[in-house]
Amino acid sequence: MSSNPKDRTYSKTHEWFQVNDNIVTMGITQYAADELTDITFVDLPPVGSTIEPGRAFGEIESVKTTSELLSAIGGEIVEVNTALVDQPELVNNDPFGVGWMVRIQAADLSPLDHLLDSRAYDEMIGRDM
Amino acid sequence: MPISRRFVLPSPTVHNGNNQVLKTPLYNFHVQYGAKMVDFSGWEMPLLYTGIVDEHLYTRQAASLFDISHMGRIEMRGPGSDDLLERVCTRRIADMHVGQSRYCHICNEQGGIIDDVIISRFDDHCLVVCNGGNRLTVKEWLSSHATGQVRITDTTESTLMIALQGPDTMSFIRRITHDELGDIKRYHFSSGELMGMPYTVFRCGYTGEDGVEVILPAMAGQLLGGFLAQGVTDNRFKPAGLGARDTLRLEAAMPLYGHELHTQVDSISAGMAWCVDLEKDFIGVEAIRAIARKGPNIRLVGLRIEGRRIARPNAVVFDGNQKVGEITSGTFSPTLQHCIALAYVRCDYSTVGQKLAVEISGKRTEAVIVQLPFYKRPKQDAKP
Repeated sequence: MSSNPKDRTYSKTHEWFQVNDNIVTMGITQYAADELTDITFVDLPPVGSTIEPGRAFGEIESVKTTSELLSAIGGEIVEVNTALVDQPELVNNDPFGVGWMVRIQAADLSPLDHLLDSRAYDEMIGRDM
Repeated sequence: MPISRRFVLPSPTVHNGNNQVLKTPLYNFHVQYGAKMVDFSGWEMPLLYTGIVDEHLYTRQAASLFDISHMGRIEMRGPGSDDLLERVCTRRIADMHVGQSRYCHICNEQGGIIDDVIISRFDDHCLVVCNGGNRLTVKEWLSSHATGQVRITDTTESTLMIALQGPDTMSFIRRITHDELGDIKRYHFSSGELMGMPYTVFRCGYTGEDGVEVILPAMAGQLLGGFLAQGVTDNRFKPAGLGARDTLRLEAAMPLYGHELHTQVDSISAGMAWCVDLEKDFIGVEAIRAIARKGPNIRLVGLRIEGRRIARPNAVVFDGNQKVGEITSGTFSPTLQHCIALAYVRCDYSTVGQKLAVEISGKRTEAVIVQLPFYKRPKQDAKP
């Protein structure tokens, strides 16, 4: 398995977060996408809604299972990847790129400091969580 | 996103008699093709190779190879073995001729389904093919009802079993074998020897497509692996995993043990009265006759569900605020491009066209009962 991109941080629950000014782009990792198997639907909150750190704010439906989407940070959803409505498989094919999920205007970026860098995350999934 | 370690196809009972996970004789083939392996019924099995939906669609349009070596294979021979099968099976065994296979249920005294099996009659024995997770249960059930000199031999681990399924399967079989194999009738089989190796080719199936199942000695695994790899290279078929096998059988409305079938449900409620011969004597017949007489309380139905949310097993089915049933299997149908599910619902809510709702992730989602199967393959001549 190719390693995870170094330009972002990772949660233990397999989401990635990439900061650009105060906007945080979020998605799930390739490892998570592979574990879920074929993703058939992604349920995301509308633009303008507020999400809270550590709380489930969306759901991913795959052939195998239904999983909650968690955010490490709180804030306002400023953009949702609408391409996933018709092509949820983008998450399987390119989870770090076109398969991103939401952009969040973060109220406080500090929770991201507690997340894993790519090496720590590589190690974690290498240990077969 | 906490990742569930549960798999799509939880084995109802995992049992080989020990805790060891078994590998099929085609294990190396699966690894070679990058399969994601999972523990299923105590066997390390391929869940998928490239993707469940791709493998599903390829089976519908061309042909796929499935390793089904985990399924139980139990041989019955000796005086009394026919009588024993007649006592435990829901359909007649005595009138089966050599070369014939028959699907039926094995029930307990209450009419609860212990397993669904396929019986095949060879000239000197009968073969029982059962679910992988039920192998020990079925063996014990057969042994405990055996009298006289019935000999029960479990050949699951000394043989392997594959399935080739899809519209291109039979032309491929005709190309590589003699005509006899290409012309096997549905629910029949042909067996023989090839270079001293016994083989059996069945024409049954669990995908809704035409195709064959093949049993070979386990030691043929490596040789077969090479042959299959050549088939993949030549574009004759692609490997498909248990994930696609599950979505394919669900579109074809074929029941899965542990979901639609279990010991708390009977063949009539499961909508499978056709596989129960109430004229004959077998274990559970009294209970099933009683259910047939007064009509079942619940029935297995097919639901078309609005939206893209998948109704998972045990999701509750409602009419208004009244709970009227429960989902047994659900998926987003790759062929039909909408959500489908099988459910047991109260009989008075079980007619086609009935509007109901399913609770998915705390939300009521509209559903309607549709005719089963969800998918039926086009007539043979539809494909050139």
